[in-house]
Amino acid sequence: MQLTEKHREYWRKNLIVTSILVFIWFVVTYVIGYYAIPLTEITFMGWPIPFYMGAQGSLAIYVLIIWFYASYMNKLDKEYGVHEGEDE
Amino acid sequence: MSNGATQAFSQKAFAQALKKYYGFYTGGFVGFVIVLGIAEQLGLPNRWIGYAFLFATILLYAGIGVMSRTADVAEYYVAGRRVPALFNGMATGADWMSAASFIAMAGGLYLGGYDGLAFVMGWTGGYCLVAFFLAPYLRKFGQFTIPDFLGARYGGHIPRMVGMFAAILCSFTYVVAQIYGVGIITTRFTGVDFQVGVFLGLAGILVCSFLGGMRAVTWTQVAQYIILIIAYLIPLAMLGVRHVSFPVPHVVYGFALEKVTQAEKRITADPKEVEVRNIFKKRADEADAKLKALPGSYAAEKAAVEKKLADLRAANAAPAEIKSAEDAVKSFPPSAEAAKKKWEGDKAAAAARTAPPRPHAMPFPGKDEKARDIARKNFLALIFCLMVGTAALPHILMRYYTTPSVREARVSVTWSLFFIFLLYFSAPVLAVLVKYEMYQFVVGSKFADLPRWVANWSAVDRSLLNVVDINGDGIVQLAEITLGGDIIVLATPEIAKLPYVISGLVAAGGLAAALSTADGLLLTIANALSHDLYYKIINPHASTKTRLTVAKMLLLVVAVMAASVAAQKPADILFLVSAAFSLAAAGFFPALTLGIFWKRANKWGATLGMLAGVGITFYYMCITQPWLRKVFNVSGTIAENTWWDISPISAGIFGVPLGFIVIIVVSLLTPAPEKEVQELVDHVRYPVLEGDIDTRGA
Repeated sequence: MQLTEKHREYWRKNLIVTSILVFIWFVVTYVIGYYAIPLTEITFMGWPIPFYMGAQGSLAIYVLIIWFYASYMNKLDKEYGVHEGEDE
Repeated sequence: MSNGATQAFSQKAFAQALKKYYGFYTGGFVGFVIVLGIAEQLGLPNRWIGYAFLFATILLYAGIGVMSRTADVAEYYVAGRRVPALFNGMATGADWMSAASFIAMAGGLYLGGYDGLAFVMGWTGGYCLVAFFLAPYLRKFGQFTIPDFLGARYGGHIPRMVGMFAAILCSFTYVVAQIYGVGIITTRFTGVDFQVGVFLGLAGILVCSFLGGMRAVTWTQVAQYIILIIAYLIPLAMLGVRHVSFPVPHVVYGFALEKVTQAEKRITADPKEVEVRNIFKKRADEADAKLKALPGSYAAEKAAVEKKLADLRAANAAPAEIKSAEDAVKSFPPSAEAAKKKWEGDKAAAAARTAPPRPHAMPFPGKDEKARDIARKNFLALIFCLMVGTAALPHILMRYYTTPSVREARVSVTWSLFFIFLLYFSAPVLAVLVKYEMYQFVVGSKFADLPRWVANWSAVDRSLLNVVDINGDGIVQLAEITLGGDIIVLATPEIAKLPYVISGLVAAGGLAAALSTADGLLLTIANALSHDLYYKIINPHASTKTRLTVAKMLLLVVAVMAASVAAQKPADILFLVSAAFSLAAAGFFPALTLGIFWKRANKWGATLGMLAGVGITFYYMCITQPWLRKVFNVSGTIAENTWWDISPISAGIFGVPLGFIVIIVVSLLTPAPEKEVQELVDHVRYPVLEGDIDTRGA
């Protein structure tokens, strides 16, 4: 089993997209949580921003970034010829 | 993969057939609820509606369980690896959401406000870690248990054994709490004894998993998910119609939150509210004075209640007054020691009610900057532990072995979180809407005409809801209400003025949530013992038949053990559940992720890292958690022992980084793993490789 340069590039791309998504995950969870007290001053349709993020917003972003990861990686598999069988 | 085309075709047909079956099933269930609703209008008593829900759903799960019986190892351990992403998502959702999520979470948010959101974020955000760092790689590895991966990646029995013990430790503490929840729900809706309820529930759990292992658990969990999500969202939608005139209150309840905040300000300043809070302050002070004067105050207090009775009798007072004075004498503590305990309880109960309402939307309320800072630190630490713990609990990770491919595993995490999200993003809405109801319509109403649901529930169970006119003005003040968190979900159907059949539906949903989680956990423990200990270590030549027999026997033994522990009503059950997260986080997460992302990680690093992580987490809990401190007879005060003010529930905040550091340092100090291991790492990183090795389990 020999890894080619193409394989290494696939893995690098995986690491890059993972890092970006983990960064988003970190910001919507911990950065907003850390600055929750000052951010509470800002409200939108009745919700203070940190409350809305903690109750609904961040959760929706988690679903979206996982969905993005799945579709991005499944496409990357095909591009780099490491995809499985024919099952669509 | 050689017969990929036919496999893909049959997989597609399989998914189609499943959609049809579960479509019919959902329709049938809705029909069942409607028929019961009509029967209720025709006069079917509430108790019978409760029984109908309980027995019909358990019978249904039993039916699926029996139909899914199997004698095939791969079917038993990983449902034949052909569960489509969508259905694996539903099964994971049911596996994940326990009685605590279904019944207790909205109550926690009602009482905790913003700070309670740590649970909502922690228990959903953890799936990001599952998706990015674990699920696809574990699926490619493709064996049966999480210790399987540790054993193969790090070589030898030691890492496998450590992993096995960590899996059993965290799953067992968790499953005890689930069976406890099943007992509570069964008791509440049928009126049987708690102990009977526990073992009745146990029967319900075993019919799902005993004959068919993972295969049976998967298909019952899908059925349970459908019931639990219908049961959660319908009452919420109706409550939304009532309060914000919209069946999807998630997008507009900000206005209700605004009104709650205004009501909090009004209640904080209201002179009648202040009066009630002062009465409690006085009661707390009195109890405190009696406590300080012990042991002398015991005799004096005893004489005082006796004298009061004698005086009343002498004065020929009203019989009711004499009766209550008699009760006071009868219930007076028999010793100074007992009196101390009772007065301490009185003091704490009164002191808890002297504070104005907690501002719901404000993060980390506290008396000063320092208190708020500590609250914030613990909030963030708790989110971290819950997230990393989510990504390390073996009963969840195991589910991603059951999909047909890496590709489906990735999609399946998306579905899992989506289905979990539906409930979790609803719980904070429910909490706010019930609070709105409470502040707008209950507080300020007359005792003579309390809303019906309040009267009903305080008659059922005073620990759930209790309203007493403390200052005798005939009007309800907020400080006169005590409530238990579970009331929020349980009473919602009545608050929204829905018929009793919906309350039965909510009970069925809670039961589905508890049963499904208990099933997944029991299977994890039994599999760790039957597969990792018996087959991989003790008897590697065992036949398929022997392996399955051993697995089923162990499942039975573990189930009965867990039920016996639950029937004892162990103390601090909530703490045990949260401890499971910190322990799983510290034990598994570093070893699993470094095993995939860092080729240099080796056997000694992983073994010592897991031990160090679990060790320090457990040690910190022992020195700071009141119940464990008593068990281990720890010296020093809690305040002296805490590190950076972190509470014991978040002990994983120390265990996880230490686990990473130890694995990295020890691995670098010892020789690199062999070439085969490095090839294994490449193998799990790429869904398909030329000349790939094969690690699929059989």
